Amino acid sequence: MQQFPCPFCGLRDEREFHFAGEAGKPRPDTTQPISDADWAKYLFYCANAKGASHEVWVHTTCQEYFVMTRDTVTMAVLGTHALHEVPA
Amino acid sequence: MTHYSAFSVFRHALRGNKTWGRAWRDPEPKASYDVVIVGGGGHGLATAYYLAKEHGITNVAVIEKGWLGGGNTGRNTTIVRSNYMMPGNTMFYERSMKLWENLSQDLNYNVMISQRGQYNLCHSPGQMDAARRRGNVMRANGIDAELFDRAEVRRRLPYLDYTENARFPIHGAIYQSRAGTARHDAVAWGFARGADRRGVDILQQREVTGYLWEGGRIVGVQTNRGDIRAGKVGLCVAGHSGHLARMAGLRLPIETHSLQAFVTEPYKPLVDTVISFGAAHFYISQSDKGGLVLGGDLDMYNSYAQRGGLPIVEHTLASAKALMPSVSRLKLLRHWAGVMDMSMDGSPFIAKTPVDGLYLNGGWCYGGFKATPASGWCFAHTIARDAPHADNAEFTLNRFERGYQIDEKGMGPKPNAH
Repeated sequence: MQQFPCPFCGLRDEREFHFAGEAGKPRPDTTQPISDADWAKYLFYCANAKGASHEVWVHTTCQEYFVMTRDTVTMAVLGTHALHEVPA
Repeated sequence: MTHYSAFSVFRHALRGNKTWGRAWRDPEPKASYDVVIVGGGGHGLATAYYLAKEHGITNVAVIEKGWLGGGNTGRNTTIVRSNYMMPGNTMFYERSMKLWENLSQDLNYNVMISQRGQYNLCHSPGQMDAARRRGNVMRANGIDAELFDRAEVRRRLPYLDYTENARFPIHGAIYQSRAGTARHDAVAWGFARGADRRGVDILQQREVTGYLWEGGRIVGVQTNRGDIRAGKVGLCVAGHSGHLARMAGLRLPIETHSLQAFVTEPYKPLVDTVISFGAAHFYISQSDKGGLVLGGDLDMYNSYAQRGGLPIVEHTLASAKALMPSVSRLKLLRHWAGVMDMSMDGSPFIAKTPVDGLYLNGGWCYGGFKATPASGWCFAHTIARDAPHADNAEFTLNRFERGYQIDEKGMGPKPNAH
């Protein structure tokens, strides 16, 4: 099995992790009117990068969400950091 | 070009089979074509074939970065069926089924279509209700469907697990008798030969690296072996749809995921049909060579790698064992993965894009192979007439902002859940 590094628990078996979605995609302010196109862009459109991909994952055993950067071609993990941290 | 027939087999056999010509040419590209199709898999080749056959557009090139059918056309589990129930999907897949039924004759190439039937097993009363509803929608549209109870499934498929301690008890199944399998390589080769015979140029080992632009319109493609101009460019690149769309400045409602498939060692005739497990994502059939062909779920995270992860290997084989305990001693012979263009509602796109001169055929998720003939037929119609056919009218790119998703499984915008 591949191992993924949880920023809180260290290297763990990939079966303990769950892919949550694309990182860096803030939810639009829905207290204000929002156009159908902008809402669709948030909900449905994604970067789908070939190569380095920034993603939100959850480590199901510690229940912490974090950002993982992976290469989607080689499967190499390029880095992880907690959600509140800004990567160096 | 030889017309294949029993007589031609006999005639060539008398000459020691040394006189067969090649099935399609390997031409040097022209400077310009009316239509360039990117992607030499089943969908791209079918599009070129139907452009020539149905619309008389023969100044067409198909550009493939590897070899014909080397992508998902050669990586699927070869199942064809038309058991869809959402408006927009149902008649499209039924068109495909009807084209499959006559495809070998139409192409003069044996695609080995085998209408051995397909069972979708149900493991709860709720799944039986859903199957009954699906079957009623299919029958109302003139598509064959039958609902079987547990006793009938047991009579027909005695080798499944019907014991007291079966992990997922079988309540019944919905059955489509016209569904079955086809030989996937032959589908690509048959469409390639048919298109080539009508004048289409098939250009292999040529990767598209960008587009040629003129006044905001795409007028051709850049490749690693020179530029080719085109009146219209059509994308049929499956898992790389997002990648090629991005080169044109477009974002697509697609995530790319890898899906694995497996073949066991050859075994005596055991599974004479196609069976889909209803409790987990798993399906099984048996190839003509005897190998059991198994497929499972996505790896669940974005991937462009044509190989899969081990958790899904374990999951798929556990499903096989839960459904058919007798397979537990079989050895796996081969195992591979293809990259899927998973759309946000599980349904495809066959449409003009917002970029002038660029047309998209993609978002096929797990279900591209069965759609191959109708996909080519409808995409050719869309390119030739600049307007969709009624059967692909709902496969638009802007259906998400309009709120007209075609979500067959009712999962919402989670591509890995469809």
